[in-house]
Amino acid sequence: MTVDGDLADGDPSAGDHPGDDPSAGDHPGDDPSAGDVRAGVRDVSPLLLGIAPFALVAGIAAVDAGLGLAEAVGMSVIVFAGASQLAAIDLIGSNAPFAVVVGTAVVINVRMVMYSASIAPHFADYGRRFRAGLAYLLTDQAYALSVAEFEANPERSRWRYYLGAAAALWVVWQIGTVIGVVVGASVPDAWGLTFAVPLVFLALLVPAMKDRPTTAAGVAGGAVAVVAAGLPLNLGLLTGAVSGIAVGLLTEVFGE
Amino acid sequence: MTGGSALFGGSLGIWLAILLIGLATYGFRLSFIHLFGRIDEVPSRIKRPLRYVPPAVLAALVLPDLVTIRPSVAATLVDERLIAGVVAGAVAWRTENVTATIGVGMVTLWLFRFVVFA
Repeated sequence: MTVDGDLADGDPSAGDHPGDDPSAGDHPGDDPSAGDVRAGVRDVSPLLLGIAPFALVAGIAAVDAGLGLAEAVGMSVIVFAGASQLAAIDLIGSNAPFAVVVGTAVVINVRMVMYSASIAPHFADYGRRFRAGLAYLLTDQAYALSVAEFEANPERSRWRYYLGAAAALWVVWQIGTVIGVVVGASVPDAWGLTFAVPLVFLALLVPAMKDRPTTAAGVAGGAVAVVAAGLPLNLGLLTGAVSGIAVGLLTEVFGE
Repeated sequence: MTGGSALFGGSLGIWLAILLIGLATYGFRLSFIHLFGRIDEVPSRIKRPLRYVPPAVLAALVLPDLVTIRPSVAATLVDERLIAGVVAGAVAWRTENVTATIGVGMVTLWLFRFVVFA
C-alpha cells in the first residue's frame, strides 16, 4: 500500500517484470528483490491486527460448536477463509443439515472467483504449478493489498510481494486459531474485538474509491448489501457486490 | 457444546464438510489464475468490470457490519458501530493508514458503548 521511496529495494531491471522469475528465488540473501517479500510483510502487518482477533474467534467458536483442536486447525488450514469458517462452525453448532453447512460456506467464498480474475493477469507469466500454489493463499486481504500495490508500484515483483503478505496472513491465521481453541474466550464479547475486521476493510475501501465510477460502485455496493443483509446464505454480500460493479460500469458509460 | 452434531455422524462428517468446503474454495481461488496462463491477453470485457470489484466488494463487506436498518431513522443512525465507522472512515480518508483507522475506530466504539450509551 505504501508508495514510499523504497525503489532501491525493488528489482531495478524489471520492465514488464522480466526479473520476476520464481525460479530465481533460490538465494534470497543475494537477491535484491528479496526486499519485495519484506515489503509485503511490512504492508500487511497492520492488517494482521484485524485478522488476529478474527482467527481467535474462529478458534473459540469451533470449540463452542463441539469441534476439537485438530478439526479447528484442519478447517483453518484446508478452508483458510474466515467468514465461511465462522458460518460453517455456527451452523454445525446449531445442528444444521450437512448440505446447508457446506452450501453456505461455499456461497460465501464465491467472491474468491472475482479476486482470482482480478489478480490473474499479474500472475500470468508464472508456471502452472507455481500459480496453483499462489492461488491457495488468496484471501480478501492479500488480494486487496497486492492489487493496490501492483498498480501504485509496477516495479514490484508480483509473486514476492504477494507471498510476503499472503504467507504472513496464513501464519497469523493458524496461530490465532490454535490460541483461540486453547485459551477460549477470555476477552468479554462486549469489547467487540471482531469490529476490527470491518475497520480493516474500511481502510482499504476509502482509497479504492478514487474517481466517480469507483465511488458510485462503492456506494451502490454498500447500500444494496445493507438492504439485502437479511437474505439467506450470505447472498446480501454477493448481491451488493454485483450491483456495485454494475453501477460502476453504468456510471463510466453514461455519467461522464 | 456437545460432541458435534448427530446429523454429522461425529468427527467423520465434520471432516467431510471441511474437505468439501476446502475443495470448492480452492477451486474458486484457482479458477482465473489457472485460466489466464492459457489465454494471452485478458479480454477488455473482463478487465473493465474488474476495476469496480474492489470498491463494490469492500463496501458490501463493510457496510452491513456498520449499519443495521431499524424501524425508525433515529434508531438506525444512533448506533455505536455506525458512529465508530464514520469516524474511522474520516481517519482512513485523511491518513490512508490502516493502524490509525483501526485504533480510532475501536476507541470510538468503546467510548460510545461503555461511556456515552452506557
